[in-house]
Amino acid sequence: MTIAVRKFDAVIVGAGGSGMRAALELAHAGLRVAVLSKVFPTRSHTVAAQGGIGAALANMGEDHWIWHMYDTIKGSDYLGDQDAIEFMCRAAPEVVIELEHFGMPFDRNENGTIYQRPFGGHSANFGEKPVQRSSCAADRTGHAMLHTLYQRNVRAKTQFFVEWMALDLVRDASGRVLGVTALEMESGEMAVFHARATLFATGGAGRIFHSSTNAFINTGDGLGMAARAGIALEDMEFWQFHPTGVAGAGILITEGVRGEGGYLLNKDGERFMERYAPNMKDLASRDVVSRAMATEIKEGRGLGEHGDHVLLKLDHLGLETIEKRLPGIREISIKFANVDPVKDPIPVVPTVHYQMGGIPTNYHGEVLAWDGTRDTPVPGFYAAGECGCASVHGANRLGTNSLTDLLVFGRSAGRAMIEFIRGEGEAIPELPKDAADLSRMRVARLDSQSGGEDVHEVRNEVQRTMQAHCGVFRFPDLLAQGVAKVKAVAERAKRTQIKDKSKVFNTARIEALELDNLVETARATMICAAAREESRGAHDRADHPKRDDQNWLKHTLWSREGDRLAYKPVHLKPLTVETFQPKARVY
Amino acid sequence: MKFRIQRYDPDKDAKPYFRDYDVEIGPSDRMLLDALVRIKALDDSLSLRRSCREGVCGSDAMNINGKNQLACITKLVDLKEPVVIRPLPGLPIVRDLIVDMTQFFAQYHSVKPYLVNDEPPPEKERPQSPREREELDGLYECILCACCSTACPSFWWNPDKFVGPAGLLQAYRFIADSRDTAANERLDNLEDPYRLFRCHTIMNCVDVCPKGLNPSLAIGKIRTLLAKRAV
Repeated sequence: MTIAVRKFDAVIVGAGGSGMRAALELAHAGLRVAVLSKVFPTRSHTVAAQGGIGAALANMGEDHWIWHMYDTIKGSDYLGDQDAIEFMCRAAPEVVIELEHFGMPFDRNENGTIYQRPFGGHSANFGEKPVQRSSCAADRTGHAMLHTLYQRNVRAKTQFFVEWMALDLVRDASGRVLGVTALEMESGEMAVFHARATLFATGGAGRIFHSSTNAFINTGDGLGMAARAGIALEDMEFWQFHPTGVAGAGILITEGVRGEGGYLLNKDGERFMERYAPNMKDLASRDVVSRAMATEIKEGRGLGEHGDHVLLKLDHLGLETIEKRLPGIREISIKFANVDPVKDPIPVVPTVHYQMGGIPTNYHGEVLAWDGTRDTPVPGFYAAGECGCASVHGANRLGTNSLTDLLVFGRSAGRAMIEFIRGEGEAIPELPKDAADLSRMRVARLDSQSGGEDVHEVRNEVQRTMQAHCGVFRFPDLLAQGVAKVKAVAERAKRTQIKDKSKVFNTARIEALELDNLVETARATMICAAAREESRGAHDRADHPKRDDQNWLKHTLWSREGDRLAYKPVHLKPLTVETFQPKARVY
Repeated sequence: MKFRIQRYDPDKDAKPYFRDYDVEIGPSDRMLLDALVRIKALDDSLSLRRSCREGVCGSDAMNINGKNQLACITKLVDLKEPVVIRPLPGLPIVRDLIVDMTQFFAQYHSVKPYLVNDEPPPEKERPQSPREREELDGLYECILCACCSTACPSFWWNPDKFVGPAGLLQAYRFIADSRDTAANERLDNLEDPYRLFRCHTIMNCVDVCPKGLNPSLAIGKIRTLLAKRAV
């Protein structure tokens, strides 16, 4: 069987915020770019972001990129790379203004500038008091941003391959990346996308957990593909639990609610964040708030039949503010919590939301391979957005910095790809003969497997295991059992079986292929978490309750082959300013 | 709970048919999508699109008990049994509940759904007053689910010529944007017996929009602008 080969200058996998921002750069440069997406671009998960984009525009009062930089480093619990963080915070105002010029319908101030709201962990003057830095469109910022980027790409005539699922990365014998294999969902046909430069912008993998704010599509496809192709993944133990997921439903309630003045209450009606973060209170960073909530619940101050959630109160903001700034939240609360927040508080619980780790890159989006002493770019391979790890979020991401990350690193990756493509000359290395073999084998195995494992059950087992063994609080015995369990379930995943054998839009096949990626991500997460014997950011170890800079101020690298772990130093040196030295983190 | 779902796989079926399912609903199952996921766990051949499961991505629009809705925000308790589920009407069926949306997106693209302003951009944002920005409320929130256009008889008859409510809502979103400089070209593009004027204000679009938007109102405003321009 021969497989169609399509040639492009660049292929981008994923049409969320970072993929479409990168695509714009390439399209504007007149290069031939293919953007592959499992879903129609405006259905990518960026659409669900609510609260805003962090950028020191200083529209509401004094603000500086270096304050943003400090907050991001502190938020990262000092695990973030300070060069990449400086790069992001300096570029943030520019990419937000660009997005406005693209047509983004930002909320506005009386003087016509973009409205900005306070957000968790964002402060003025190096932690002194909350600052208004989150540029937003009501509580639908991600939706407005994703549609704006799609619209701009329509104008730029970007070529989209909609409902194509990328299956595997193509590398030649030298390790050079030459594109991806992909499956057209409607026809069931496979093709090789042969490209000079390949960008993964595949988003997160929150679906490795049972309860998550993430969409069904967030299955870590980029992580799975990278891992199978021999790329080590960075800092996979760090997963953000968003403080406010709707209890029982997992749907996200933006931190913007607290930014606008909402706060959390325990069953005694106490505003408990005052005890945990006397200065920033409910606007402390997410790891701090989630741990405080989990502690309240654990110590019996939760509400509900099982005492398993706390309350988010916002009725005091008044109907007008809620309707103007938080209309989507009101809609979600009424639909998913049977609560109208204009009158009653919303039951909320910390819920898995964001993966800080991912495919290691520098701030140009170039994917890096660590040889034990230094990083070298993998030729032709780039990653940006949630699937990448620059690392700007370190051990804990600040709210709004995800969208900032998408815009800044989508753009910088696009620019780096242009430079790489133009510098390479005419000849593109040939595809290796075995370019599609792995993907072909994976699909053929699924088609012929009998007496195998049920996809739905295996996926459930992955999700239940992650939820029970790798939560807000982590315990050494549970993690050790978790490692054994994910390894066992990875074995089961090798024998998945589907009953549906149709060629046409076979979603059973898609889900089975996604499961392969979920399994890699879950395995990486559990193994990295079991190994890191300290508490930092979102990673909280009961047996090692303190941060340990002496031994653990370093990035984890997990390789699929043999589940090998390696570590590399954090970039403590920024681009132009002095290092922010690690210190105790108080909010 | 009982469901009757339209099935069709062009690989093996001559024409669409209905299949009945009776599934036990779990305590955490709130929305129709929860039930469909449960059905798919039993019968993996059932094909549908879904992603965000919170009503913002627009993937899982389908015809539920005769009305176009999003499965993920349609409450099970509100549904009469057996729940009859079909693909969105008026578009070619790819498989089961998945329709070919090419025509729908072609109409969306035909209104040039992007900001046009070729003056050199200022260093800062283009200023816009809160009042000017409010003009976009009720327009920019569209999720392109196609519930409205596929509930519109005018779109059923002329999907190649009539822009349809979703596309027209977005056309007006840019006409109404104080930063856009192409309002006249946009109006020219719509001044046509089919593209705009096939709308007969049947208002199905308003009735079905899962985001509570009002394409009919936007269409009315475009008509008014055209009328004013003609004077």
